[in-house]
Amino acid sequence: MIVEKIRGGNENGDSFPVGMRVLAVDDDPICLKLLETLLRKCQYHGMFFSLIGIQDSSDFNWDAQCTSFPLFHEFLVLDFVDPIVQPSKLLVLGAFERFWFSFTFPFRFIDCLVQARMALKMLRENKDRFDLVISDVHMPDMDGFKLLELVGLEMDLPVIMLSANGDPKLVMKGVTHGACDYLVKPVRIEELRNIWQHVIRRTKCDSKNQNKSADQVKANPAIVEGQGSPVAGNADQNGKINRKRKDEEDESEDGNESEDPSTQKKPRVVWSIELHRKFVGAVNQLGIEKAVPKKILDLMNVEGLTRENVASHLQALIFPSLKYRLYLKRISSVATQQANMAAALGVKDSPFMRIGPFEGLGDFRTLAGPGRLTNAALSHYSTGGMLGRLNTPANVNLRNLTPSPFIQPSHAQNPNNSITTLGKIHPSLQPANQNPSLFQGIPSSLELDQLQQNNCATGIANFNGVDDSRLLGNQSNVLNGTPSNTMVLNGKYQQTLNSGGFGNQSFNVGVDGSPNLLNPSAIESSRMQPNSLLSNEPFQLPMNSARDNNFSSVPYLQNNPIDISSSTMALPLEDSREMQYQEGLVGDVSQTPSQRWGEQGMNYCHGSKIAYGSLNSHLPANEIMNEKMGVVVNGILGGGGSNLMQQKENEILGTQLRGRAEDNFLLEQQPKLQGGFVPRSFDSLDDMMNAMIKREHDETLPNCDFGFDGYSFGAGI
Amino acid sequence: MQRQLANMKQSLFDQGYLDEQFIQLEELQDDTNPNFVEEVVTLYYRDSVRLIQNIENALDKNPLDFAKLDSHMHQFKGSSSSIGARKVKIECTQFREYCRAGNGEGCKRTFQQVKKEYATLKKKLEAYFQFARQAGPVEKACRPK
Repeated sequence: MIVEKIRGGNENGDSFPVGMRVLAVDDDPICLKLLETLLRKCQYHGMFFSLIGIQDSSDFNWDAQCTSFPLFHEFLVLDFVDPIVQPSKLLVLGAFERFWFSFTFPFRFIDCLVQARMALKMLRENKDRFDLVISDVHMPDMDGFKLLELVGLEMDLPVIMLSANGDPKLVMKGVTHGACDYLVKPVRIEELRNIWQHVIRRTKCDSKNQNKSADQVKANPAIVEGQGSPVAGNADQNGKINRKRKDEEDESEDGNESEDPSTQKKPRVVWSIELHRKFVGAVNQLGIEKAVPKKILDLMNVEGLTRENVASHLQALIFPSLKYRLYLKRISSVATQQANMAAALGVKDSPFMRIGPFEGLGDFRTLAGPGRLTNAALSHYSTGGMLGRLNTPANVNLRNLTPSPFIQPSHAQNPNNSITTLGKIHPSLQPANQNPSLFQGIPSSLELDQLQQNNCATGIANFNGVDDSRLLGNQSNVLNGTPSNTMVLNGKYQQTLNSGGFGNQSFNVGVDGSPNLLNPSAIESSRMQPNSLLSNEPFQLPMNSARDNNFSSVPYLQNNPIDISSSTMALPLEDSREMQYQEGLVGDVSQTPSQRWGEQGMNYCHGSKIAYGSLNSHLPANEIMNEKMGVVVNGILGGGGSNLMQQKENEILGTQLRGRAEDNFLLEQQPKLQGGFVPRSFDSLDDMMNAMIKREHDETLPNCDFGFDGYSFGAGI
Repeated sequence: MQRQLANMKQSLFDQGYLDEQFIQLEELQDDTNPNFVEEVVTLYYRDSVRLIQNIENALDKNPLDFAKLDSHMHQFKGSSSSIGARKVKIECTQFREYCRAGNGEGCKRTFQQVKKEYATLKKKLEAYFQFARQAGPVEKACRPK
């Protein structure tokens, strides 16, 4: 239901959200009716609202419909009905003052996604139109979690999940996807009475971050445009984007943690490139094993930085690297290359990496930081194959590590090699890694690589898949978090995807802060879809949107799922396509992981941000994907990320970006991503791994249900 | 007459056909929304036809797609719980258990129960609403003990 609310006094965020506009999405008309009534009751002082649902298919012009009401329409109820069973049946109810009237009109469904499209379309058309979205989890045409991510990413609206199923796992999933709240049906009025808090909170956060975000937002689009721009340029942009992402992440966190006001009050440290550079330098200096927050803090010598800041940053970044490091050891190291990449990537990742508790993927974050794979770096990879790059010694620049995964773009050259290597490494790494996801991510990335071949969409698939969810990343180089990772993954992903017919599987490479590509739960439940998924859907990388979304450096931390959901899923699903894409990705992702890492179950939920490679993965055409991925990657990588893209597919990306391709997103093909397998690309390493592994499985790009968890593309993408 | 109405309602609760959610619906009914409960129930019975048909169709298939069955039932259960159809909901839960266990026979059997409870409740509610209309507008019904 969409309840439109008068934005009176929202600017200052202090006035009561009278007439809050809520959009509710549910396939159950009874529930919707109930909700609308409940919401109506919560309207204070007799706010009138109009409830609109589409009962029958028709060429319904929403706007026209709404404006016909004398009063602003307050409620918009979307009732998605299984189109297979019945032609689009949307319940349309209008309420005008005390008068309820209903009208039905025929609605022709163009495709199964139409309902989802409608909701998203509506939301996109006017981002200011709604203040809150209430979405059912279980819907025939779209996974509620996906919608959640999309909405959160694109519009940064608070989303409340609704379900008859109160299973804590689902609730957790909702939270990790960035939902502000999770209601269990049947809904009580008491529960709805306070949902306005989410809007207010977000408003407050928004205004708080307004300044910061302003230019970042601008930067985002710029990044997409400027694919060909030099790395440095991108880096800046990425940096901004990263910051923005981080901000968004913060915002989301705030929004999500409604129960914890204290989190809102904490000052956030924005891990700028410089800061991250210092951080990485300090860590390198100390050596990974010895890098304790206190010492890092001392070495960094930054005023105002607390030990806690460093600790959390470290946590986000370091964990993935442990796995990565192991991985690297197994691969012939290409220290120089990595160094180059690290340098190129810069420290961007850190802001995005805000991943909370990583489990062992630590380094990835850091890796991610430096992440932006410069063209050189990327090319480096390609030549050496991913594996080669990965071999950088652990204590070598973490950054170096990151880049390796990104080599993807170039990996086309040595896909086979890398894949194999990755494959091998993967198994070994897994045990070693706390986060199997790390590697898992790589395999997926390998797969992605396949796609990549078609498009060197780099890095999109950032698999910051610190978590198992990374598996998902396989499909898409979920290069979340680390820009470099993203890049790499994308490349990989693309390659892998290519084979699968996915243009660039570049999963949202960390576009969004931390797209949790891999959802632990998602992974488990995700369905592995055959490659068909990937190939089928013209996957449009909603680059543009992704960019914006992704840039919010919102590391998708498992623990802080909140951020991710909203900010990350940068999947710029501008249109249903995107959504589909995501779905497709999700599906893909999940598949991959299961295939590859059986055990992984990908619960990467570590907040790792998974560059929602899925975005990329579903590119209908490799080219498109590449482009998209490129775009996304750029976006995601923020400054650094773009490097990746540029390297390879600058051209492609550029063109593709613009041309968001087909809409048919995976949604259709994708089985419901109920599983919501959202790979979180925490570590670039993981992503790389995934990508690499993916490459191995070029042909069989499993379509994992990429739970597109709104992971923020941590890596300063 | 009002008392009769109240008794009718009370017995529905006592017999376990309705639960707390129904009371919630009633509380939402007011001057601006005088027939809300009946509207919702009507909507439920209208929409659930589709859901039941879905399940029927799915149960006719061979082999059974339990995932789909579960999904359909999930929807139906959600609807049913939204109006407070307690017994129906209980049977739905049982059905889902069988689905999860992959017990096709159990599913079919339980579904018959679901339909039975569904039809029973429908009749009872129809009678109730009819009576309520006859009884005329009245202050909000008291919450059953």
